[in-house]
Amino acid sequence: MLYFDMLLSALGQGAIYAPMALGVFIAFRILNTPDLTIDGSFVFGMTVCAMVTVAGHPILAIFAGAAAGMIAGLVTGILQTTLQINAILSGILTMTGLYTINYMVLGGQANLYLQSMQVNEAGVEVPVASKTIYKMMSSVFGSGEVSALALSSIMVVLVAIILCVFFKTRPGMAIRATGDNEEMVRSSSINADRSRTFGIMLANSLVGLSGAMLCQQQRYADLGSGNGMLVVGLASVIIGQALFGKRGVTIGVVSAVVGSVIYRIILQGAYQIDMPSYMVKLLSALIVTIALVMPLTKEKMNTMRIRRAGEKEAYK
Amino acid sequence: MSSQLSITHLTKSFETGTANQKIALNDLSLEVETGEFITILGSNGAGKSTLFNAILGKFLPDSGRIVLDGENITYWKDYKRAEKIGCLFQNPLRGTAPNMTIEENLALAYTRNASRSFFAVSRKDSDYFRELLATLDLGLENRMKTKMGLLSGGQRQAASLLMATIAKPKLLLLDEHTAALDPVTSMKVLEITGQIIAQNRLTALMITHDMNQALTFGTRTIMMDGGTLVLDIHGPERAEMTPRKLVDLYTDQSGQMLSDRTMLSL
Repeated sequence: MLYFDMLLSALGQGAIYAPMALGVFIAFRILNTPDLTIDGSFVFGMTVCAMVTVAGHPILAIFAGAAAGMIAGLVTGILQTTLQINAILSGILTMTGLYTINYMVLGGQANLYLQSMQVNEAGVEVPVASKTIYKMMSSVFGSGEVSALALSSIMVVLVAIILCVFFKTRPGMAIRATGDNEEMVRSSSINADRSRTFGIMLANSLVGLSGAMLCQQQRYADLGSGNGMLVVGLASVIIGQALFGKRGVTIGVVSAVVGSVIYRIILQGAYQIDMPSYMVKLLSALIVTIALVMPLTKEKMNTMRIRRAGEKEAYK
Repeated sequence: MSSQLSITHLTKSFETGTANQKIALNDLSLEVETGEFITILGSNGAGKSTLFNAILGKFLPDSGRIVLDGENITYWKDYKRAEKIGCLFQNPLRGTAPNMTIEENLALAYTRNASRSFFAVSRKDSDYFRELLATLDLGLENRMKTKMGLLSGGQRQAASLLMATIAKPKLLLLDEHTAALDPVTSMKVLEITGQIIAQNRLTALMITHDMNQALTFGTRTIMMDGGTLVLDIHGPERAEMTPRKLVDLYTDQSGQMLSDRTMLSL
């Protein structure tokens, strides 16, 4: 039963972070652009969602979170294309600026619980938990992690299907081609700057969506929750790629989602052997580093094997 | 016959105002008739590629005008001009997206005048692409779902050629597009080039370093030096021209330029 609970929790977390992994996939794999906006747009999605949720519009809040991420992406896109600032620096600039924006969105505090003060029958002001989409779901299908997992999964599957279809359409293909050969896109009479900006907006809107989902699921928003998000997303994408290989865009979308879930299962396993929670970031960084170095290591070992065999032959 | 491309007094200098100032295009004027296929000769640094880049809108000229198909495109953005201009470069990698399929590459190039279907590759388009690929006679029509990056340089260049001409451009620019290929493949691609230009009655400019090629292909040959035209032959004069005579003319011309420069530096 313990393992089942663990798995359930890993699946739930994996689903919530899956749109973020998809955003990283679009930025790094499809657009071929290192986009560091992600740490900031995740929190931006979260804070905007928190404010709208507290105001009493839980469903609108999810869309607002995605829209917030999209705006962050627009800023980075303009910095990269119109203003010709280096891609990595563009992301860092937006991310840094967003810290202040997020602080302001939360009304000048570092975190916010999704609750509002209401006067009860006895005339005393008490905090009442705001309605979230997860709460609405549990009021229909019963409480517990299963219903939350079901809701997150439905959302992720929907998003994944829409993405797969989108990348086969004309604008979707233009975005893919922009990451592959921008010059060729221009000479096909497509405004490559615009499709690059659209791509970054799409990526960050997914990241914002993830932030919004996490916000409603954990019932609070926190300015620190975006730190290292990019590495988590990369780890998910790389794990997915290790399983499915580097293939078409549809496989890529599926592998990013599956990678996100498996990453959470790995983390759960690590917690099980008493890994303290502050180790998570180091573990993520290690996973990404090892995965990135893997092909080179394989090649090096192969070269060494050939050389050794050749030398043995020579001294015979 | 009307003028398809009209370039008047085009001038472009790089690094203006520094000691390294270089006049890349020097008051160049050129009228290209509809359906003309011009081959362009000239030594390195003569301004051939700069002329192409000016037409393609990679930079704006210091002065002068470029009129294509009756429209003044001098100040248009590069991707806007691409609706009317197809181009092909020496490097086969430049014209194609390696991680997308052959079909998708063609579909992208076809954006210029495709019906705005929801999906990038409609069945009708796909059939059309298959037909086009079959004309190349390279067997690519059976590999439409293959990634472009898996093709050889020659195959990629042939596919790029289809992509550049798929939307029936008002002008086709070929910048030594066979120079990086082996002799046999180079001939094959040139042959296909001639076919496509003839079939679609395209107006084309082709840069080459091969004198024979320059005289056998196309309808007119021009030579550039120092950013301007130094030779322009067509009709009977061109028919009688041999590479030998051309070389003499060429050295004459550049010799003259050389003595001019020597005098200036004295």
